[in-house]
Amino acid sequence: MNAKQLGKRLLQIVIVALGITFLTFLITYLAPGDPVRTMFAATGVVPSEELVQETREEMGLNRPVLVQYFDWLTGCLRGDFGTSYSFHKPVSALLLARLWPTLKLSLMSMVLMLLVAVPIGMAQATHKNSPIDYALRGITFFGVSMPNFWVGMLLMLFFCVRLKWLPVVCSGGDFKSLILPAVTLAFAMSAKYTRQVRTAIVEELSQDYVIGARARGVPEWKILWCNVFPNSLLPLITMLGLSLGSLLGGTAVVEVIFTYPGLGNLAVSAITSYDYPLIQGYVLWISLIYMLVNLAVDISYSYVDPRMREKR
Amino acid sequence: MEFIKKNKAFCLFALLALLIILGAVFAPVLTGGVSPTDAVLRDALQAPSAKHICGTDKLGRDVFARVIYGARTSLTATFAVVAIIFALGSVLGVLAGYFGGWVDTIIMRVADMMVSFPGMVFAIAIAGILGASVKNAVIAVALVSWTKYARLARSLVLKIRNRDFVSAAIVTGSKTPYILTKYMLPNVIPTLVITAATDIGGMMLELAGLSFLGFGAKAPTPEWGLMLNEGRQFISNAPWMMFYPGLAIFVVVVVFNLLGDALRDVLDPRNE
Repeated sequence: MNAKQLGKRLLQIVIVALGITFLTFLITYLAPGDPVRTMFAATGVVPSEELVQETREEMGLNRPVLVQYFDWLTGCLRGDFGTSYSFHKPVSALLLARLWPTLKLSLMSMVLMLLVAVPIGMAQATHKNSPIDYALRGITFFGVSMPNFWVGMLLMLFFCVRLKWLPVVCSGGDFKSLILPAVTLAFAMSAKYTRQVRTAIVEELSQDYVIGARARGVPEWKILWCNVFPNSLLPLITMLGLSLGSLLGGTAVVEVIFTYPGLGNLAVSAITSYDYPLIQGYVLWISLIYMLVNLAVDISYSYVDPRMREKR
Repeated sequence: MEFIKKNKAFCLFALLALLIILGAVFAPVLTGGVSPTDAVLRDALQAPSAKHICGTDKLGRDVFARVIYGARTSLTATFAVVAIIFALGSVLGVLAGYFGGWVDTIIMRVADMMVSFPGMVFAIAIAGILGASVKNAVIAVALVSWTKYARLARSLVLKIRNRDFVSAAIVTGSKTPYILTKYMLPNVIPTLVITAATDIGGMMLELAGLSFLGFGAKAPTPEWGLMLNEGRQFISNAPWMMFYPGLAIFVVVVVFNLLGDALRDVLDPRNE
């Protein structure tokens, strides 16, 4: 990827981020909920009509939507993402505190997922259309169809309630509280990913060079791990980058189940209390993370695949 | 008869799907007249027994009845989503592909924007902000999912856009709406039907996920995601409250996923 392409991609990221945040802004503006009333309701005060209007004026909620959006945007550029309505703290501080737990959870589940999906997909591909393949295919099929919040609760029922091995509430942030959320997230993902690994490897195994290597008497394991696997990395890494999207959405659900202190949990509570600046910040941050990771994936191609480097 | 013999798998799964739909339609018969919303507090949190085969929830409502009635909510919402994105995606995609130019640019830029963003995160935000209701959850999921269909439809239209029969139609004076509905749409529909069929399960999971987070169906409505959420608080003393709704989602999603795969095999024999 050369400088020009990179610039183009970065520009695209900026445009998408602008579009997404504006859309969110517009929806919060048009939505029926009122943040001021919700705020007062949270403190238990029944406000008079004047007080509501006054607060609205103070918070700048009475200005035209474009002015509000523009204000927010210039704030963001200065690193000021606004102040949360419900926590009365800067949005960036709130998000930053929750960022690491969510990243930790995502990384952990991705590692788990790879540890399961790669060997299984590989075994399926090398034993294509054998009983093993069919059995594993059946299992992955059921895995895809399981709602992850149900999986999470079943795991919780078994390991936390029945066996009492792990805590029911995973808000500690230690390793023990990371296990079940990560396993839950990895479960559905690995089912999906196994299929992709299988397809990629099967595709690669049908290449001529594999026959050539076999004819020369290269051991099968060597062909598989030294030739086929590296060559099928490209589609697999792409899929990994894209699956980050569903992972980030999935963390919200899983974090709520296990009361895990991550971004998703924060976002859910922000949405239920009409905490607009926090919702905005969350949407912007997540979209930027997602897009930058996928950009990094595209850049990494040239390292994984030398052919891309030469072509430019 | 020939068709059934040839496509045994498809017919089996279609039958199962039909049974599920019939079960939802005839829910009152299936539950023997037990209402899903009748709270009998002194029966609260009862374990599965002969009287309540799936137990009761915190308000003493029959979990079995709620699961059966929940199928109505889930199925209608899912079919609504699929119908909306199917219609929206195919129309916008066909327009973008056929007219090109600025129509294409606008539609596809919006679609690009949606693709380069984690959809579920956005759906959660939209559904939450609009307020919790099944309708809003449907809107949210549809809003983030239509782009896939638009892209597909567009690419299919582009393939045939410059074929001779289209030029012939234009030259012989066919009106544009006629060309769009008689030549473009029929070429697009089969592929989109396959995609829609394989997507039903996924959409159902997303909608249930939104309800689970509290951004979908509201309290007394029997809805599986919502029931799971309610069951979460009673996981240690009434695990049946979360077990059966989850099982229902799982079974229905499996059946529709299998049906989608089988339909693809029927309509698109080239695919392995």
